[in-house]
Amino acid sequence: MSGTAKNIILIVFVVVLAFSPLALIRGGEFAGADDRAEKAITSIDPGYHPWLKNIWEPPSSEVESFLFALQAALGAGFIGYFLGYSRGRKRQEQDGRAMVSAGGQKQPAVGNK
Amino acid sequence: MSRRFPFFLLTAAGAVYFLLFPQQNAYAMHIMEGFLPLKWCIFWYAVMIPFLVAGLISINKTVRANPGVKMLLGLSGAFAFVLSAMKIPSVTGSCSHPTGVGLGAILFGPTAMTVLGCIVLIFQALLLAHGGISTLGANTVSMAVVGPLVSYALYKAGQKMGAPRWLSVFLSATLGDLMTYVTTSFQLALAFPASSGGVAASMAKFMGIFAFTQVPLAVSEGLLTIVIINFLVGYNRRELEELSVLHGEVR
Repeated sequence: MSGTAKNIILIVFVVVLAFSPLALIRGGEFAGADDRAEKAITSIDPGYHPWLKNIWEPPSSEVESFLFALQAALGAGFIGYFLGYSRGRKRQEQDGRAMVSAGGQKQPAVGNK
Repeated sequence: MSRRFPFFLLTAAGAVYFLLFPQQNAYAMHIMEGFLPLKWCIFWYAVMIPFLVAGLISINKTVRANPGVKMLLGLSGAFAFVLSAMKIPSVTGSCSHPTGVGLGAILFGPTAMTVLGCIVLIFQALLLAHGGISTLGANTVSMAVVGPLVSYALYKAGQKMGAPRWLSVFLSATLGDLMTYVTTSFQLALAFPASSGGVAASMAKFMGIFAFTQVPLAVSEGLLTIVIINFLVGYNRRELEELSVLHGEVR
């Protein structure tokens, strides 16, 4: 199995893992909301009140999801850049080697890795 | 066939997991702003700082010795950035996100990831009201000290025992992720011991909330880390050898 095929299978597994709970669990709230944490803590220590609030909170869930998407986009953008850069560099090195071995004559790189 | 075996194993493990932990309402994230008493905030900051300093020194040293690895450092940071922005639904009926620090810990060692993880957490605390500045110390210790330490130790142990690389990487990233949330549970349990049963009872309660939700996400993180490492082995072999992630082994 080629490296790419293996990676595709792994990514398919991740997608299945991420989406199967949505299909398997009916009526789940799928909240990750921070305010629900309060309940767990106050059930242990009913007298506890958070002593500090976040300095700034996204004014709406739309703004919040925008910021999360932005965070993911910045990271994914860099990863994409890096992957392309590395592939291109490797291809160029192979071309260079192919040229040297062909006595300076231009020869396209063969093979994919 | 032997190559397919791990996948069967994973599928089977997944099925068992679904049977064992039916839906329960839970949340699983970093500790929120103001939700740790002041003395614990200070305590976890104090724990964090030596690792942060060691991380800065270690990054400086690595980059000075091998300037070629700067891009890889960026990749490690970007990976943590993406993964910790992904709130993924889990089998407990709630959402959580992976940490993405295992990759960097394998590449650059544990303390370097303390620095990068801390940056991610500051971003989330200030702009997303996710986590907080008062709890930054505690969250950094769980996500960027304990997680990477576990990942690094497991990867090195796997290498020493001659385990296949994908297995070392998988266990390293997955368990590092999981231990992050075990640590979070422990931190909350220490700060909020139950009136009957004390820290242990609280620990069990928070573990039920944090750690179980995290299991499928941790597995996802393990798989994604294998994908990236596979790519790096194919295209960035030289840098991996410079970082002694690979010992010039035969492919």
